[in-house]
Amino acid sequence: MATESAAAAPSIPSLVDRYFTRWYKADVKGKPCEDHCVLQHSNRICVITLAGSHPVLQSGKTIESISYQISTNCSRLQNKVSGKFKRGAQFLTELAPLCKIHCADGEEYTVSSCVRGRLMEVNENILRKPSILQEKPSTEGYIAVVLPKFEESKSITEGLLTQEQYE
Amino acid sequence: MFPLTEENKSVAWLLLSTGTCPRCIFRFCGVDFHTPYKLPYKDLLNELQKFLETETDTVILEVPNPPLKKIRLQESDDETADLSQNGEGRLSADGSIAPRPSRLNVCNICLGILQEFCEKDFIKKVCQKVEASGFEFTNLVLSVSFPPQLSVREHAAWLRVKQERGKQSLSLGRNDIIQLKEAYKWITHPLFSEELGVPIDGKSLFEVSVVFAHPETVEDCHFLGTICPDCFKPAKNKQSVFTRMAVMKALSQIKEEDFLKWFPCPPNPPKAVCSVLEMECAHGAVFVAGRYNKYSRNLPQTPWIIDGERKLESSVEELISDHLLAVFKAESFNFSSSGREDVDVRTLGTGRPFAIELVNPHRVHFTSQEIQELQQKINKSSDKIQVRDLQLVTREALGHMKAGEEEKTKTYSALIWTNKAIQEKDIEFLNDIKDLKIEQKTPLRVLHRRPLAVRTRLIHTMETHYLDQHHFRLRLKTQAGTYIKELVHGDFGRTQPNIGSLLSVTADILELDVESVDVDWPPALDD
Repeated sequence: MATESAAAAPSIPSLVDRYFTRWYKADVKGKPCEDHCVLQHSNRICVITLAGSHPVLQSGKTIESISYQISTNCSRLQNKVSGKFKRGAQFLTELAPLCKIHCADGEEYTVSSCVRGRLMEVNENILRKPSILQEKPSTEGYIAVVLPKFEESKSITEGLLTQEQYE
Repeated sequence: MFPLTEENKSVAWLLLSTGTCPRCIFRFCGVDFHTPYKLPYKDLLNELQKFLETETDTVILEVPNPPLKKIRLQESDDETADLSQNGEGRLSADGSIAPRPSRLNVCNICLGILQEFCEKDFIKKVCQKVEASGFEFTNLVLSVSFPPQLSVREHAAWLRVKQERGKQSLSLGRNDIIQLKEAYKWITHPLFSEELGVPIDGKSLFEVSVVFAHPETVEDCHFLGTICPDCFKPAKNKQSVFTRMAVMKALSQIKEEDFLKWFPCPPNPPKAVCSVLEMECAHGAVFVAGRYNKYSRNLPQTPWIIDGERKLESSVEELISDHLLAVFKAESFNFSSSGREDVDVRTLGTGRPFAIELVNPHRVHFTSQEIQELQQKINKSSDKIQVRDLQLVTREALGHMKAGEEEKTKTYSALIWTNKAIQEKDIEFLNDIKDLKIEQKTPLRVLHRRPLAVRTRLIHTMETHYLDQHHFRLRLKTQAGTYIKELVHGDFGRTQPNIGSLLSVTADILELDVESVDVDWPPALDD
């Protein structure tokens, strides 16, 4: 937990800053500015989010709908994991699509996994209320949770940029 | 008074002449009182031989020297095979009269267990080991383990003796024979008691165990594996597949004719005596319970070690258990508690119930005064934790503690920060919410080791204490198993509702204390 401090917002490390390391992937799939931010917990679990520069998060953009049906046979919503070892999860590679975002202006964006691992869950809250994705992209508006293989937990970030590198 | 009667003569003769010791002979003649077994071996042998001297026309005047006869048996193979399997055994026709043996060779049924291994010298050796081990005990239970092929030999002897009794129109049920282990205990229990000065008690926690082995075990049991293969599971860790249970199962299944075909009845004399594989003593676990308070925000409950490196110094369990381990002189401990708290959470109030299992303690008797002193010692040694109500408890009592983990409520105090400025009136409504139902997905911070699931929990009551525009304290009473931190910050929206969503702010938790664990065990002690 953060140490006690009397000041308001800025001086206290947020939940994300306390437990997670931010990793970035810029221009995913070659698309300019479609940057993703992977939040890696100290226990190796990764939360996939959109980085601030992503077109969907720019002002004026309205999201019409979000779909987890990434192909005719595959919906991320059908992902079911069971047990401590998370059996049955869909396995993701770095470029695996997580969801498609349809905007009012006709643009469609695909969000990719960026890390290899088992899909734990996708965020159903943004299905119901897509604006959450834009209001709180780093927390309530997350896209998905991925559990990398134990052996790969350090190596998965090799292809990603640190906060400093990104900026 | 010699326990055998006229009726037993032919069986006794048969057994003695094939190499069976006097005590086993008694067993097969159904001698079910202790006294004869306790007499010295030499005397028993003499009495037996005297008993068997007879002027009737059973033709034998002196019992042939069993060792010599054995040698003769082995020399004439075919004849032997015939005789031992048809069981006629009477070699009176040989007319071999040899000097009496002063001692019998190794018994073909008990392999020496009821010969040298139940006598005072051996018992003394075991007792020396017990005394050297440094255990404190007021009674003991003796546990003895015999090599599996004793069952095979016993079975063989029974078949042969049954046949012999049949000639006299008498029967011999399997249960008419005195069990080897029983006779062994009749003889040895008083010897142990005398040597160590304590009674034998089947319920004692202090166990002296002796394990016997014999080199011919596999050899003797091998045929069972062929006839009853499904009784024997493949051997793991280089242990013999012929375990006692498996052998007994096979013996209960095997048909008499098959057994007689494969194994000599009565059994052949062994080439070696039993050996002692193991002589150990151990004390059953004792349990110490109490309640602990945790005053440090930097102390894990169990040692925190990653990749062999200790991340934080010490732990709740070590701070308490190390003292107990030393005083009880135990080998190791198992610490358990009614739930647990994070490293950075304090445990206040009357504390959290815990119980420590002390494994193989060498010292077990303590007065309540001594336990109190032990409690004081623990409390003086650290300011990070304190214990109370320290007491010895039974294993059964542990159930109370674990029940607490699932069923009982807990109360907490949390220091909460909000990103938006709040007024006192903004948070007052929380005080009126009773039994708020929340749904918590497995928190991300434990998702790597817990299954993904949704937990429904009740927040029974809440009480707010306004501090300033961005801080307030929240006291809450919740159902067991509620993740409080996630209730406050929402865990990426995966706990709904959460304090942030209820107040329409982004909330975070700065401090958490456990105020009470509502389990009324262990019983409170007045200090």
